[in-house]
Amino acid sequence: MNNLLLLIPLLPFIGFLVNGLFRKSLSKSMTGIIGSGVILAAFVISLVLFFKVKGSGAPIVVSYFDFISVDAFRIPFAFQVDQLSSLFLLIITGIGFLIHVYSTAYMNGERPEHFARYFAYLNLFVFSMLLLVMGANFVIMFIGWEGVGLCSYLLIGYWFKNNNYNYAAKKAFVMNRIGDLGFLLAIFWIIAKLGTATYSDVFAQVGSFTPTELTAITLLLFVGAMGKSAQIPLYTWLPDAMAGPTPVSALIHAATMVTAGIYMIARSNIMYTIAPYTSDIVAIIGLATAIFAATIALKQNDIKKVLAYSTVSQLGYMFLGLGVGAYTGAVFNVMTHAFFKALLFLGAGSVIHAMHHEQDIRNMGGLKKHMPVTHITFLLGCLAIAGVPPFSGFFSKDEILVGAYNENPLFYYIGVAGALMTAFYMFRLYALTFLGKFRGTAEQQHHLHESPSAITIPLIVLAILSVFGGFLGIPAVFAEGAHTLENFLAPIFAASATYNESHTTGHHLSHQTEWIMMGAVTLLIVVVIAFAWRAYSRREKFVENRGLGKVLENKWYVDELYDAIIVRPLHLVGGFIKDVFERSVVDGAVNGVGRLIQYSSRQVRLIQNGQVGSYILVMVLSLVVIILILREQEVIFTALRRIF
Amino acid sequence: MPIHYYVILSATLFCIGIIGVLTRRNAIIVFMCIELMLNAVNLLLVAFSKMHHGSLLQGANSGIDGQIFVFFIMVVAAAEVSVGLAIIVMMYRNVHSVDINFLNRLKN
Repeated sequence: MNNLLLLIPLLPFIGFLVNGLFRKSLSKSMTGIIGSGVILAAFVISLVLFFKVKGSGAPIVVSYFDFISVDAFRIPFAFQVDQLSSLFLLIITGIGFLIHVYSTAYMNGERPEHFARYFAYLNLFVFSMLLLVMGANFVIMFIGWEGVGLCSYLLIGYWFKNNNYNYAAKKAFVMNRIGDLGFLLAIFWIIAKLGTATYSDVFAQVGSFTPTELTAITLLLFVGAMGKSAQIPLYTWLPDAMAGPTPVSALIHAATMVTAGIYMIARSNIMYTIAPYTSDIVAIIGLATAIFAATIALKQNDIKKVLAYSTVSQLGYMFLGLGVGAYTGAVFNVMTHAFFKALLFLGAGSVIHAMHHEQDIRNMGGLKKHMPVTHITFLLGCLAIAGVPPFSGFFSKDEILVGAYNENPLFYYIGVAGALMTAFYMFRLYALTFLGKFRGTAEQQHHLHESPSAITIPLIVLAILSVFGGFLGIPAVFAEGAHTLENFLAPIFAASATYNESHTTGHHLSHQTEWIMMGAVTLLIVVVIAFAWRAYSRREKFVENRGLGKVLENKWYVDELYDAIIVRPLHLVGGFIKDVFERSVVDGAVNGVGRLIQYSSRQVRLIQNGQVGSYILVMVLSLVVIILILREQEVIFTALRRIF
Repeated sequence: MPIHYYVILSATLFCIGIIGVLTRRNAIIVFMCIELMLNAVNLLLVAFSKMHHGSLLQGANSGIDGQIFVFFIMVVAAAEVSVGLAIIVMMYRNVHSVDINFLNRLKN
């Protein structure tokens, strides 16, 4: 059993080593088989563990060795597989495997050594992500946390010859680092207070924190989540991360890595439930991000950028869920989002592949008849993300929104507005890409083709998951106790649930209201979809955006704002230090030492005047002084002792 | 005779030697003054040696090493004088002067 647990992260790591070290000698097909094979094996083991956990209901905790051991303080290198992490394991390895298979076709144009480098990074990423979710304490989680950040950087900058891509990679890394600092401080604080970072110990002793401490720690953890999961104000790296290959966007920047923040908060849910203010802040930031990113997505023309902002928006919903205490809903949305967002990204990748790296949807259109499989699966993905029943997005989004309504009806209305925008921009994207007439060049049209089966099969699998994944979480309003996921995850959120029951006034929606709300929202979504379909399916000409549209197209000028308030002042400070401080103080000190020595040696040299008489005079005088000192040493010593 | 007579005499001789070395510029005179200082020290050594020989009954030869030391100094001084005078002669042959301040080529 212990070894089985260890194998899950170890297999991708071996894949990373083999692909990375032998990248020059391995053939492409060999690389693909190794890269995908290790993930498939990890998936199978995860499946075994999943059923084991499901059967026994108890978490499996295995400690291998002491990672840090100082005096009585110990950080064991331990893995914990419980309901939450086994679910994440399945998502990571399952979707990871599909994306690896997809990549074998998508990246086929690369040279063998780069192809192997790509798979090595991808395997390393899966390894780090598995470490992140399997760790039994915050420190192991942090190792994985940093590992995925590194892999994200490496993969965004995979085409390192393009300087803009390198900038995007650096931006992602720096933004993540800001968040990581918060996470690290929170870990230090927990360790300083409790002397342990192991989940079970920390959550058991959560009562020993004062409310202020708990608020501060949870907020610091949330700062870490903000960075990794792209929330306001640290979200700007995620859209730029689209510089990486499309499968990378699907795996890292949509399905798995960005959900690390949600995993972390869901993992430490009891701390968030008890901390007085943090939950509200999480909910408000999540909601703000959801709306803000959705508005930007309305006017983007790059197929991947639309999906990127949609990802940011969906992550916002997940944080809203976490903030209002709908932990199951948030995790449920992580799962369904992983299905349909991976599907959408891979579909977009298939389109980009067919269009020869054209990403502007204004130059697409009418791809429906050229790429039937991609078209159908993409449509299903759009329906899922828009929240049309009975697709998976409907259930997960509904659960979060109901949770938000219970907390504060205002959250609900804003959330619904965001959901409507989601439906609009997704169908704008769909209509512009697949409907109407082709608007690209004749040469592109000539080359249009359906993608090979290594691309379409993952799409089909993901489409099936997107369509039926929602049935894991059927709300109580349809059938009492049919929420499989909630029952499964109940032990993880048990403490929070108990606390909430005893501390809230408990106004719960009646089933009737819920029916009405659900019906109304669904109706609105369908209307919005119909509107977007009509408005964009026959669009031929595109006018320049003006007014608000232009602001949205330019992403609310947030990048420019950050540039003005953070980057420029930093550059100014740096320039000041470089030009003034460096020149006058540092250079002055260094040159001053040199000049002092030159000057003093020029003065001292005058003593050596070649006059024998003066030498002798100095000698005699020195001798007299030495004799005097020796004679009067007692007096001198006492005098010196008095001074010092 | 009390010992301090010797001490004062040799101190006087030594000071005369020092002043001579410091003030005179003729190399021969400087040289002579150095010899004077050496001999002042020799005198002191002999005087103290004699004093110890008389006062401390530590054996027939006690204090005798001071006098032996003086012989060594005289031998070394004689050797030094011969070398030194030879240098001065060579100096005079080359620059027709025995002024020590004239020889300041070590400067710079």
